Amino acid sequence: MTTIALSLPSARQPRQMLSWLGVAPFFLFALLFLILPTLNIVVGAFRNPQGQVTLENLGKLLSPSIRSAFWISIELSLLTAVLGCLFGFLIAAAITLGDLPRPLRNAILTFSGVASNFAGVPLAFAFIATLGRLGFVTMLLRNWFGINLYGSGFNIVSFLGLALTYLYFQIPLMVLIITPALEGLKREWREAAESLGASGAQYWRLVALPVLWPSLLGTLALLFANAFGAVATAIALTGSSLSIAPIVLFAQIRGDVLNDPHLGYAIAFAMIVLTAIANGIYILLRMRAERWLK
Amino acid sequence: MAFLDIRHLQKSFGALRVVQDFTLGIEKGEFVSFLGPSGCGKTTVLRMVAGFETPTSGAVSIDGHDITGLPANRRKIGMVFQAYALFPNLTVADNIGFGLRVAGQGKAEIARRVGEMLELIGLPQLGSRYPFQLSGGQQQRVALARALAPRPQVLLLDEPLSALDAKIRVSLREEIRRIQRDLGITTIFVTHDQEEALSMSDRVVVMHQGIADQVGTPFEIYNRPATRFVAEFVGTLNLIDADLVDAAAGHVRLGGVPVTLGRPAPGRAGERISLALRPETVALGRDGGDIVLPGRIAEVHFLGPVLRVRVAVEGGGFISLDTFNQADRPPPSVGAPVDISMSHRDLLVLAA
Amino acid sequence: MTGKQLWSWLAVVFAGLYFLLPLVGMFDFSMRMQRGVYSFEAYRIVLADPQFQQTFGYSVALALLTIVIGILLVVPTAYFVRLRFPGLRPAIEFITLLPLVIPPIVIVFGYIRIYNTSSVLPLTGSWWGTNILLLCGYAVLSLPYMYRSVDTGLRTIDIASLTEAAQSLGAGWARILAVVILPNVFVSVLSGAFLTFAIVIGEYVFAALLNVNSFGPYMVWMGGNRAYEPSALAVVAFVITWACMGLIQLFTRFSKFSTARR
Repeated sequence: MTTIALSLPSARQPRQMLSWLGVAPFFLFALLFLILPTLNIVVGAFRNPQGQVTLENLGKLLSPSIRSAFWISIELSLLTAVLGCLFGFLIAAAITLGDLPRPLRNAILTFSGVASNFAGVPLAFAFIATLGRLGFVTMLLRNWFGINLYGSGFNIVSFLGLALTYLYFQIPLMVLIITPALEGLKREWREAAESLGASGAQYWRLVALPVLWPSLLGTLALLFANAFGAVATAIALTGSSLSIAPIVLFAQIRGDVLNDPHLGYAIAFAMIVLTAIANGIYILLRMRAERWLK
Repeated sequence: MAFLDIRHLQKSFGALRVVQDFTLGIEKGEFVSFLGPSGCGKTTVLRMVAGFETPTSGAVSIDGHDITGLPANRRKIGMVFQAYALFPNLTVADNIGFGLRVAGQGKAEIARRVGEMLELIGLPQLGSRYPFQLSGGQQQRVALARALAPRPQVLLLDEPLSALDAKIRVSLREEIRRIQRDLGITTIFVTHDQEEALSMSDRVVVMHQGIADQVGTPFEIYNRPATRFVAEFVGTLNLIDADLVDAAAGHVRLGGVPVTLGRPAPGRAGERISLALRPETVALGRDGGDIVLPGRIAEVHFLGPVLRVRVAVEGGGFISLDTFNQADRPPPSVGAPVDISMSHRDLLVLAA
Repeated sequence: MTGKQLWSWLAVVFAGLYFLLPLVGMFDFSMRMQRGVYSFEAYRIVLADPQFQQTFGYSVALALLTIVIGILLVVPTAYFVRLRFPGLRPAIEFITLLPLVIPPIVIVFGYIRIYNTSSVLPLTGSWWGTNILLLCGYAVLSLPYMYRSVDTGLRTIDIASLTEAAQSLGAGWARILAVVILPNVFVSVLSGAFLTFAIVIGEYVFAALLNVNSFGPYMVWMGGNRAYEPSALAVVAFVITWACMGLIQLFTRFSKFSTARR
C-alpha cells in the first residue's frame, strides 16, 4: 500500500501526479518559511561575517552576561514546566477522578482552552494590574490584611513574578493535554489492582503513573519549549530589565545592543538546541516507556 | 453457614433498586453462575462481593468472617474482568506476580509462583511478553492466572468470555472449569449466556430485575424452571395455551384434544393457562408419547445437526420441535399434514 | 462528601483563585481611571483612539488572511496524505509539530536573515513583501493547530468512499475538495480557524521584529506609556480569546447535535 502510494508519478498515472500537486505547496511552504530559515540560523551560527567556518560565535555564548541569561531562561522554563505539570495534573485529576459535578469539569476544560491561549502582552497587563505596585491583590493584601507585598521584597518584574505569570498558560495547557490521558485510565485497572491487594498508592506507583509516563514527559517537554520561546509576555511584563535568553536575542535582532548578527545566530542556535534536547529526551524516554504500546 | 455467605443484600442507586434482597450460600469449592439479561443486577451483586460497591443493606461473609465493611484490597478475592484489564505497562509475568509483589513477597517466591501459574494456564513461554502482544484468549488466561496467583479465597469472573470469539469461548470455558476443579476454588461466574452457565456450573442462579428467580443445578433449571422468566430465558420454549377442565385432576384441553397432566394445575376450570414445552421433547409422528396432536408443517429450519420444524397445530397455535438430521431422510415439506406427539410429563405448567 | 471529593474541591478552589484573581484585577484596574468611581473611561479612550482602530483592524485582516492561507495549505495536504500518501504522515506530522519546538523568535530571525533587502528574495524591502512574510510566519505558527484539527476531522469521515462516490458522479479534484470534503470537515476547520485568530490577533514578536504596526506592538507601546488603558486592552483581548474558544465549543456541540439527528 505504502510502496504504491510512494511510487513516482509517471505519464500513466495522471491522478497520482495531481495528488502530488496537492501536497507540493505544503512542502514548498514548509521549506521556505520554516525549514530554510531555521537552517540558515544553524549554519550562520558556525560562520563568521566573512563566511568562514568558525566556532567563535558559539564561544561568545560563554560570556557571563549571555551565560546568565540562558541560565535564567532554563531555570524559568524548567520551573514553570515542572510546576505547570504538577498543578495541571492535580487539577486534571480532580476533575476526572474526583467525582466532581460534570458541568464543573466542562467549565474548567473550556476555561483551560481560553487561558492556555491567553498568553503574550495582555496576560502581562493582567498580572501587572493584579500584582503590580498598585495591583488589585497588592492593594487588597495591604488594605485588608496589612501585608506589604512589595515591602517584603516581591516584585512582579522579577524571576518570581515572571514564573507566576507563565504558570497562567502553562497549567491550563497541562490540564488540556493530560485530561484525556487520565480519562484513558480504565476503571478496571484500579479494580484489578485493588482485588489483588494493592493500596491506592501502590496502584499509582505500579500502574497508573507508568501508563501516564509518556504523556507526562511529553507535556513537560512541550511546556519547557513553550516557556522558553515566550518573548511577548516577558517583554510586556519586564520591558528588558530581566535578561532572559529570548529577550537578549530580541535586543540583538533589533540591533539595540551589540549589533553583532553572528552572536544573534549563536543565541538562536543555542535556543533551538535546548528545545531540541528537551524534545529529544522526551522522545527517548517515551520510546522506552512505550515498549508495551507498540 | 456456607463458605461464602450472602445475606439479604440490597443495592439502590438513588431511587433505582438494582438488587433487592439477595440471599445465597455457596459451598467451598462450588462453581456458581449468575445468569440473567443485562441490567438484572448480577454484576452488581458480584461487585458487592468484590468490594467495589457498598451494599445499601445486607452482609457478605467468607468462611465465617464478615467482610461487608472490608475494602476490596483486603478481601483476598480474585477477580477476572470482561475486558481482561491486564496492566498494559507490565509483562505477562509481572501481571501475574502483581498480587504477590504488592503483598511484599520475595523475588524468588514470586518467580516460582508465576512459573507455576504460567504452567497452569498452558502459556509457559509467554512470561516476557506484553499484553498487547497476546490474543484475547491468551490475555484472559493471563488475567485468570493473575487473579489466582495470590491464592484468593474466592474467584469472581465477570463475563470473562463475552469479548472472545465463539470457538475460543468454548475451549476457554472448559479450561476455566478444569482449573477451578483442580484448585477447588469457590467461584462465582457472571454471564448472560445460558449455554455457558448450564455447561460450567454446579449451580445456577437465574436473576431477573434484581431478584434471584431460581437457584438450582443446571438440570433443575433447564427441566423444571420455577418461573415463566426462567423458562423463557433458559433454552428455547414453546408456549401453548390450554383450557383448564379440572384443576385438581390436571385435566386440560390442548387445541381440542383432552390431555391429562398427571398433576394438579393452578387456576379454575374454564380458565386459560400457559403450558411450556421444550422443542426437543416433541417428536414427529405418533410414537413420541401419550399426547398426539394433528397439524401441518409451517416452516422448516435446517440448523445442521438438528432440524427445527414449526408445526401449525389443528385448532390453533404453533409448536416448534427439534429432530435430528438424517442424511438419508429429506426434511419434511412445508404444508404437509403431520402428527406430532409428546409425553404429558414434559409439559411444564408455569406460574403466571 | 468523600475524602476524594474534598481534595478535589480544594484543588479546584485554589486553582479558581489563581486563575480568576488576575482577571478580576485586570478588570478592576481598567475601571479605575477616574478617581474614586468605577467608570468605562479607559475603554472609551482606547476605543476612540484612531491608532487602536487602525492597528486592531489591521490585525483582524491579518488573522483572516492567515486563516485563508492555512486552510488552502492544510486541507488539500491532509486530504491527499490520508487518501494517497499514508507513508508521508510521519514527515508531515514532524513538520507540523516543529513550530511548537522552534521558538517563534528564531523563525522570524531566520526570515530577516534570508529575505532581507540584499537577498535573492528581498521581501522585507517592501510593504507588500513584509506583509506576505508576516502572513506566512503566522501561517507557520498556526500550522500545528490547523493541521491537527483538520486531520482529526478527516479521521471521522470516510474520505475514501466519499471521494470515490464523488468521482463516480464525475467530480474533479478541486470540486471534490471544495464541495465534498471541506463541508464535511467544516467544523474542524473552524476550530483551527478560531484558534488561529486568537493566536494572531495579539501577536507581538513577529510584528515587532518585522516592523509592522499591528495590534500587538500597539499594546506594548500603550503598556509602556499609559497606566489604565493597557488593562482595558487586556480585557478586550481576553474577551476576544474567550469568544474564539466559545465559538469553537459552540460549533463542535452544534455539529454533534446535527450528526445525532441525522
